[in-house]
Amino acid sequence: MNFIALKMLMGDRAKYIGIIIGLTFASLLITQQASVFVGLMTRTFGAISDLGQAEIWVMDPKVQFVDDVKPMKDTKLLNVRGIEGVQWAVPIFKGLLKARLENGNFQTCIVFGLDDATLMGGPPTMVEGRLEDLRRAEAVIVDVNGARGKLARPPTEPGGERRPLEIGDTLELNDHRAVVVGLCNVSRTFQSQPTIYTTYSRATQFAPRERRLLSFILVKAKPGEDPEQVRERIQKETGLLALTSAEFKWTTVKYFMKYTGIPINFGIAVLLGFLVGTAIAGQTFYNFTLDNIKQFGALKAMGASNMTLLRMILLQALTAGGIGYGLGVGLASLFGRAVRGSELAFRMMPQILLISAGAVLFICMLSALFSIRKVMKLEPAIVFKS
Amino acid sequence: MHTEQTMAVSCRGVTKVYTSGGTKTHALRGVDLDVYPSELLMLVGPSGCGKTTLISVIAGILDQDEGEALVFGRNFKQMSQRQKTAWRGVHVGFVFQAFNLLPALTARENIAVPLLILGEPKRRALERAQAVLEKVDLGGRGDSLPSQLSGGQQQRVAIGRALVHGPRLIVCDEPTSSLDHETGKTVIELLKRTAVGPDRALVIVTHDPRIFGYADRIARMDDGRITRIETQALPQ
Ligand SMILES: Nc1ncnc2c1ncn2[C@@H]1O[C@H](COP(=O)(O)OP(=O)(O)OP(=O)(O)O)[C@@H](O)[C@H]1O
Ligand SMILES: [Mg+2]
Repeated sequence: MNFIALKMLMGDRAKYIGIIIGLTFASLLITQQASVFVGLMTRTFGAISDLGQAEIWVMDPKVQFVDDVKPMKDTKLLNVRGIEGVQWAVPIFKGLLKARLENGNFQTCIVFGLDDATLMGGPPTMVEGRLEDLRRAEAVIVDVNGARGKLARPPTEPGGERRPLEIGDTLELNDHRAVVVGLCNVSRTFQSQPTIYTTYSRATQFAPRERRLLSFILVKAKPGEDPEQVRERIQKETGLLALTSAEFKWTTVKYFMKYTGIPINFGIAVLLGFLVGTAIAGQTFYNFTLDNIKQFGALKAMGASNMTLLRMILLQALTAGGIGYGLGVGLASLFGRAVRGSELAFRMMPQILLISAGAVLFICMLSALFSIRKVMKLEPAIVFKS
Repeated sequence: MHTEQTMAVSCRGVTKVYTSGGTKTHALRGVDLDVYPSELLMLVGPSGCGKTTLISVIAGILDQDEGEALVFGRNFKQMSQRQKTAWRGVHVGFVFQAFNLLPALTARENIAVPLLILGEPKRRALERAQAVLEKVDLGGRGDSLPSQLSGGQQQRVAIGRALVHGPRLIVCDEPTSSLDHETGKTVIELLKRTAVGPDRALVIVTHDPRIFGYADRIARMDDGRITRIETQALPQ
């Protein structure tokens, strides 16, 4: 009976295509929008991902997300280092500083100051130069995108190309001379400014004179220690906020979810995809069943049980669902491939595939349900009605 | 002589009232009718007299209100819907005025449908369907879709479908009225030749006096009752 069900489904070209389009549309929109959403949310904590060696982030209790820096007193670092179970604790400066470009323009940059001794918390990958070069006088490392974009030097001749910032070039950070000793990659974040790495002590020289400059303390628990317990201990003994990097990522994501319209906008798009998909596919599928009601009646008269018909309808719905889902997800990943490396955020997590599979399954089941109800209640005597 | 037990169909006092939108239609007002095994019985009468309703009851696709309907000794009233459905699958073949073939299936596949419903493996079912195709003189058209066949050919496919699983009762509602006279005759001749057999009864509802001659008996109906049974076939 299975092949009969499938032939029935595909026999009606127009309806079949309508059902598939509806389901494709739903799964495409759900997958694509959710992936862009997750991509954007991943960006919010790009800085946390980049500082991967840290297990625990210690910060002022008022900090709400990673870009919300509330500097602490330098002495806090010693407090944290003294706590049991801490293998190492390093300071990190994170701030926005103005860089003066050769053409006299100013460009705000995100500056990270890394612990002078260990250089812990550096960029995830170097493109040119070495992290250790930061120990040289006036040294800074610049992110490649910034070097090629906002920090690029003016063209040498009028109308020429802007030249990317290179190793050996200098720039001025808050009136302090800085020499580029390396180029690195960083994760894209919500901040569009270039990222610059230097040492903690140099960063505090660059920064305007303030009493407090310690942005975060990065902590690693001793081997064998439960980071969660170390985290609690730090919090209790210092009165600071201590979060594991996963927790800090979540805190950051939640902040963006709560205080920006991003999730709502994407939620609406996803819901719309779901509703439109349901409307098109569900409607068309139900109409398809109605169109074939006489055929179902004939099968019933000829001895097909309700169970058999139910299985046929389910098979039809699931087949259409599988094809629509495959096409939708395929198109979404083509989209993801096309925008890879561009400004657009796109992260297709396995969970998203599961969610859109669930949504498509739900749409199919809902459409099938109405059709099944109709066919179950069908009187086989209709076969003799002309 | 036929006894009650060996009767193919035995109706006693069968009534059926349709209620739709508050109006009641007495479609059957106490039908008594016997159909013998191996006979071809035609059911004739004016439009609306209850012919379709009666064969629906006999075929087990419609429940009567009162009275008894026994088919090969089985009383539908004592069967659940599921049992009835399964029973139909094994014992009843249908031929409809509008053919009711599945348009997406080929002629061969359409004929195989009753076998597939009974759970026969697809390959075997299609083989048996091919044999039946030869019997209904469509041996070469097995791969055609219904839309590629003429009305008469489609009805022959439908007859093949009604026969393929060897049912003991075949019910046909106006099998020739969608066809021109010549084609109608071919179809009824085919039915008579292939469907009638020992221990198999055929009940054909028809308006078409030109095919009356093929009947063993003709039951005349009017206003929900059998008014007369003619044992002698009428001259054409
Ligand atoms: N489902 C239904 N609901 C309400 N009334 C019905 C229904 N089916 C049939 N009837 C009525 O019952 C009566 C008998 O109908 P039936 O279809 O059995 O007649 P028929 O002899 O087959 O007529 P025809 O020769 O036109 O096919 C008619 O008056 C018809 O209008
Ligand atoms: Mg009728």
